[in-house]
Amino acid sequence: MMGPEEESMETLTLATSAATTAASDYHSAISTSTSQEIHRDPLLSPPVPPNFALSPSSSFVDPPSYSDVVFTPFNSSNGSVSPSPSSSTSNYLRITVSDPVQEPETVSTSLVPGSGSGGYFTYLITSRARDGTDSQVRRRFRDFVTLADRLAESHRGLFVPVRPDKGVVEGRVMKSADFIEQRRVALERYLRRLAAHPVIGKSDELRVFLQAEGRLPLLPTTDVASRMLDGAVRLPRQLSGVEMAGPEEVVQPAKGGRDLLRIFKELKQTVTNEWVGARPAVVEEDREFLEKKDILQDLELQLTTTSQHAENLVKAQQDIGETMGELGLAFIKLTKFESDEATLDSQRTRAADMKKVATAAVKASRLYRELNAQTVKHLDTLHEHLGIMLSVHTAFSDRSSALLTVQTLMSDLSTLNSRVEKLEAAASKIFGGDRSRLRRVEELKETIKVTEDAKFCAVREYERIKDNNRSELERLDCQRRDDFLSMLKGFVISQVGYYEKIGSVWETVADEMHEYSRVKESNGQ
Amino acid sequence: MISTDNDPVETSQSPRSPSGKAFVMISVTEPVKMGTGVQSYISYRVITKSNMTEFEGPEKIVIRRYSDFEWLHDKLSEKYKGIFIPPLPEKSAVEKFRFSAEFIEMRRQGLDVFINRIASHPVLRKSEDLRTFLLEEEERMERIRSIEAGIFSKKSSDIFQMFKDVQSKVSDVVLGKEKPVEESDPEYEKLKTYIFELENHLAETQKQAFRLVKRHRELGQSLADFGKAMKLLGACEGESFGKAFSELGSKGEILSLKLQKEAYNLLMNFEEPLKDYVRAVQSIKATMADRANAFRQHCELAETTKLKEINLDKLRLMHSERAREAEIDFKESKAESEEATKRFEAIINTMNEELARFQEQKTAELGLAFHEFAKGQAKLAHDVADAWRGVLPKLEAL
Repeated sequence: MMGPEEESMETLTLATSAATTAASDYHSAISTSTSQEIHRDPLLSPPVPPNFALSPSSSFVDPPSYSDVVFTPFNSSNGSVSPSPSSSTSNYLRITVSDPVQEPETVSTSLVPGSGSGGYFTYLITSRARDGTDSQVRRRFRDFVTLADRLAESHRGLFVPVRPDKGVVEGRVMKSADFIEQRRVALERYLRRLAAHPVIGKSDELRVFLQAEGRLPLLPTTDVASRMLDGAVRLPRQLSGVEMAGPEEVVQPAKGGRDLLRIFKELKQTVTNEWVGARPAVVEEDREFLEKKDILQDLELQLTTTSQHAENLVKAQQDIGETMGELGLAFIKLTKFESDEATLDSQRTRAADMKKVATAAVKASRLYRELNAQTVKHLDTLHEHLGIMLSVHTAFSDRSSALLTVQTLMSDLSTLNSRVEKLEAAASKIFGGDRSRLRRVEELKETIKVTEDAKFCAVREYERIKDNNRSELERLDCQRRDDFLSMLKGFVISQVGYYEKIGSVWETVADEMHEYSRVKESNGQ
Repeated sequence: MISTDNDPVETSQSPRSPSGKAFVMISVTEPVKMGTGVQSYISYRVITKSNMTEFEGPEKIVIRRYSDFEWLHDKLSEKYKGIFIPPLPEKSAVEKFRFSAEFIEMRRQGLDVFINRIASHPVLRKSEDLRTFLLEEEERMERIRSIEAGIFSKKSSDIFQMFKDVQSKVSDVVLGKEKPVEESDPEYEKLKTYIFELENHLAETQKQAFRLVKRHRELGQSLADFGKAMKLLGACEGESFGKAFSELGSKGEILSLKLQKEAYNLLMNFEEPLKDYVRAVQSIKATMADRANAFRQHCELAETTKLKEINLDKLRLMHSERAREAEIDFKESKAESEEATKRFEAIINTMNEELARFQEQKTAELGLAFHEFAKGQAKLAHDVADAWRGVLPKLEAL
């Protein structure tokens, strides 16, 4: 009698316990609800149809806008969640990352034969651009890293979405099915965020990444080792100060072996700025910017705390749903036992009562878990915006390093100019001219000219970055307001909807048990 | 099946006003901490309201402590074999929890239920010991209690019983019977299995119920923290936004309190009844042990009597002088054996009555617990929905 239903009850519990043993990560709640969809229990009411009737006494009106959120079971298309509303204006209508496939390494990189994990994973990336172009390419994680680096270089000052982390530990951890799935989801979200950005979404780098078949035609950044080698060869000439940096190179931040000298100089400048207290020629004067920065710092702090507590809330909701389900299960087992073994009517009555309570508990448990899936979806906004803070930091540090470059060049210039002055003064004292000194003055004047060009580029770059910062800050403020409003509404609406349902489930049972509250006359046979 | 002299007696489990019928209502109230340090304990005010002369009506008040209740429980267990003596709430508790408000209330409730069950039991309510418990002054009660503790303390009577058990086991072995003698009634076997399995199932439900209480508390805590954090987050945003966050945060804090309240309600009115159910089943197991003992005695004495009869016949045939002694001995043994058999059969009858009563009682009590549970959950859910709904207008306005 209880067979199939009881079985599905058990699977219900099993699915949950599997999910709980997985990471208590925010997003495991998503996979929990997905598996629930599969193990449907016939004992409970059928899956909520769109016209699920609310109890008539409910003052909760306005079916259309709420019903979508409340009554649609959590949408799971490959487990991914649609990002913020701004994606509707994205340059790409659809991006999916799927089908992880393990490819063998062409050249074994491990020294110990047989210890290599057999290769890397590639992912299938399908996309449809605004103009209707459909594309399908295969990329590996390394390609994403390249894309991220390229975007960072060419979009300084913008809030460039941060790419997913590399695996922390090499070897087995990188290849587990869970890890691959987590990565797939993360990569998909990353690409969608890129596409949603008004500037990056239209960038060539992204387009090439999504559409160019075969190997990714973006130059990867050379790794530090080779740069060091490079740098070592060129160092002597740099130290002599004769090496002239092209203006275009100047606008890139100093990094790697080639720019050792520049790094030294900029470091010296930083020290000067901080310790000597000499006011550099150009400072961050934009008061509005500094105020904004403070506010954002505060916001980041609050976001961190709130998102932590949001995670705890999600866990607590998950737990209560789970325990409610287990309580229901325990009662189901007891009911079955009592009705099987019943010899007296009182037992049968009790078994029947218990069954009502058990059924309600299981129903409530399912509702809690559905609610939680919604809650995760909504409160995820907090996480998103925390992630955006990372991009903001990068954009702000783009700004300060550009400023540092300008300051360094200006200090260079003043040094050079004063050297020229001294030399000219000394040369003029010698009658008939000092040919060697004059020659050096000429050389210095050449260097000054080049440096002034570089400074011109650097200032221009700095201004560009400042503009980027400003427009991005405005955009972020708007986006944040929209997102937070969505989040609050979504959270509240789903709470109201689901708790009303839970309430009516229990109310029915309470009514049915009402007779017991009229305390009976105790029996005295 | 129905014994004489048992007009239904109204007790505090039926608050209908006395209509001239005999009634007795007992309340265990006002727990007060007495003494200091390790010696400290809780005393309770036991108020007996009755229109029956045996309870010195209309009202009698005494002060009692847990060990007094224990004394009563033990006396009743001794004297009324076959009856499922109502269980006491737990004896010991973790030290620091012992004086917590929650534990004290749980115990008070448990003791109240205990004493009223005794007073409403058709047989137990007539017991002398019950009257002693309800009516005696404190000093006498204390003396009575310590006397019993001295001579017939549970421990020493246990040891006594253990000796007897060893004795009978030894004689079993000597007589060639290795196994302890047990009834072979299939119905009773079924009942035993039922009781043992029932305890397991009940223990599981009680465990989950307790966990559910904890979950309510945890959810409440997390909502409070979340609410506070949201308030602070809102302060970073502008005026209007800040207000919405603040409203949401406050609701979170309010709901946290409601959840804590419901957790307490669940503990007292749902988890405790389930725990009580488990204890009641354990009491049945104790009765079953009594029945097994009675059965063993009945078998042993019957066996002994038979042997004595054989011996007597032998002596008679031999015209021995010891025949007379043996006859007296045999007659004594026979009388004892008949007593033991009567006792055993009385237990069987009582148990059958008790079982029917037990099942009915449990259905009613559990039904009430279910009602409370469902009611509490329904109210909580509606409160939560209402609270969040209140935030919506502020959000719409943005």
